[in-house]
Amino acid sequence: MKIKVFAVLLAVCAGVALAGPMSVQVRNGKVRATPSQLGAVVASVDYGAKVEAGTPEMGWYPVTTADGKTGWLHESALSKKPIAMRSGTTDAATGASSDEVALAGKGFNEQVEAKLRSEGKLDYTWVDRMSAFKVDANEISRFLKEGHLPGGDQ
Amino acid sequence: MNERRMKRISSVTAGVVLMAILSVGLSSSRSEGKPPADTVIARRTGGGIGRILSGDQVDSILRGAKAVQKTWENLTPEQEYYIGRAVAAQVFQMYRPLDRPAANAYLNLLGQSLAVFSGRPETFGGYHFLLLDSDEINAFAAPGGLILVTRGMVRCCENEDELAAVVAHEICHVEKKHGLKAIKQGRLTEAFTIIAAESTAQAGNKELAALTREFEGSVGDVVKTLTTSGYSRDQEREADAAAVQLLRRAGYPDHAMIAMLQRMDKRLADARGLGFAKTHPSARSRADALRKMIKDPESTPDPDRQQRFSAALQPILAGK
Repeated sequence: MKIKVFAVLLAVCAGVALAGPMSVQVRNGKVRATPSQLGAVVASVDYGAKVEAGTPEMGWYPVTTADGKTGWLHESALSKKPIAMRSGTTDAATGASSDEVALAGKGFNEQVEAKLRSEGKLDYTWVDRMSAFKVDANEISRFLKEGHLPGGDQ
Repeated sequence: MNERRMKRISSVTAGVVLMAILSVGLSSSRSEGKPPADTVIARRTGGGIGRILSGDQVDSILRGAKAVQKTWENLTPEQEYYIGRAVAAQVFQMYRPLDRPAANAYLNLLGQSLAVFSGRPETFGGYHFLLLDSDEINAFAAPGGLILVTRGMVRCCENEDELAAVVAHEICHVEKKHGLKAIKQGRLTEAFTIIAAESTAQAGNKELAALTREFEGSVGDVVKTLTTSGYSRDQEREADAAAVQLLRRAGYPDHAMIAMLQRMDKRLADARGLGFAKTHPSARSRADALRKMIKDPESTPDPDRQQRFSAALQPILAGK
């Protein structure tokens, strides 16, 4: 038991030693209690939010959010580049160049989509409808279990 | 041509362009005699190049040179999301969505359950799935995770495992960003130059018009690849191989991939030159390429999975 506790502490210390700031690069990041997409959600983090990340394990980073909550985020939800929500924000002020900063909200964005909508070039009705299909982790767990799919046991 | 070589050529091109512009800037300054008030020293060598371009000009040149080096890999997940939405909207101009809530709910349950096990479970806006009202045997993956499956493709599958194989293949196109790779480099260079020049998140009218033009072109490149020209043979095989792994991680028998391809091969024999047959390598050659990877033997479908598959998709399977 003691050895196990020591091993966990050692792993945590190693993680902290290599920890670094990362940015959330998805619209709604879910920090999970376990390194699994089916793990319970302990916190939600918005696009551009900064988290302190430890050493990744099998594609999952142990993270601490700005308000001190801890859990796991998948690497696909994180970027090593700071994300500045617009120019002139803290990231720009701290001296990070635009090459080091992913500038959210610039380029191919809502403004471009709005222009295409207003010009009647594209109809987004069904895009919005299909984007509204939501399936939560409980439904996925049930679907896997009822279908005898062992992936749900991970 | 491999990517490293492409990047090298881009860098060399950027350097040549930069030097050429510097030279033009130099000769024009010299001919005017006095430099403008905001002239800066761009570079100084022995007795050659001296002062000479305005700060704005230097910034502009450097921005342009950096933009040349940027590729689809520099698109942020947010930009990918907006491209994917427009790609899906454009596909809806060619294929009518199928408004069947129960069937679409089942497809989303299946697809999102699979996406959890992909190498890229998180995208900016998440994975979402929709059926298309078309007899064509086809499926499309728009960048960012909007995945469309035709009624004809569903009817080509005899059980949930085979439909899972189709969906897994499309998820893997999103994971590998194959759609973004279809965008012509010139459009991205233009777009990145405009983005770098913008001083705020909101583009001015002129920049917005230029960005929208490049955006439409980029979306057009992706749609053309999805609906007409198809991904490369290597990209299809990469998505097939990743889909086998994905099925296995979720717990589906990986043989479903072979079963699906064999069934498709039979059905497509009557539809050469249409839909999926037009944009994918032959199903038989894909199955042959995968055979060595497959671990699970052919098996009868799980009765509970078969039951929910039939219940959710019954009208479609019955051809209604």
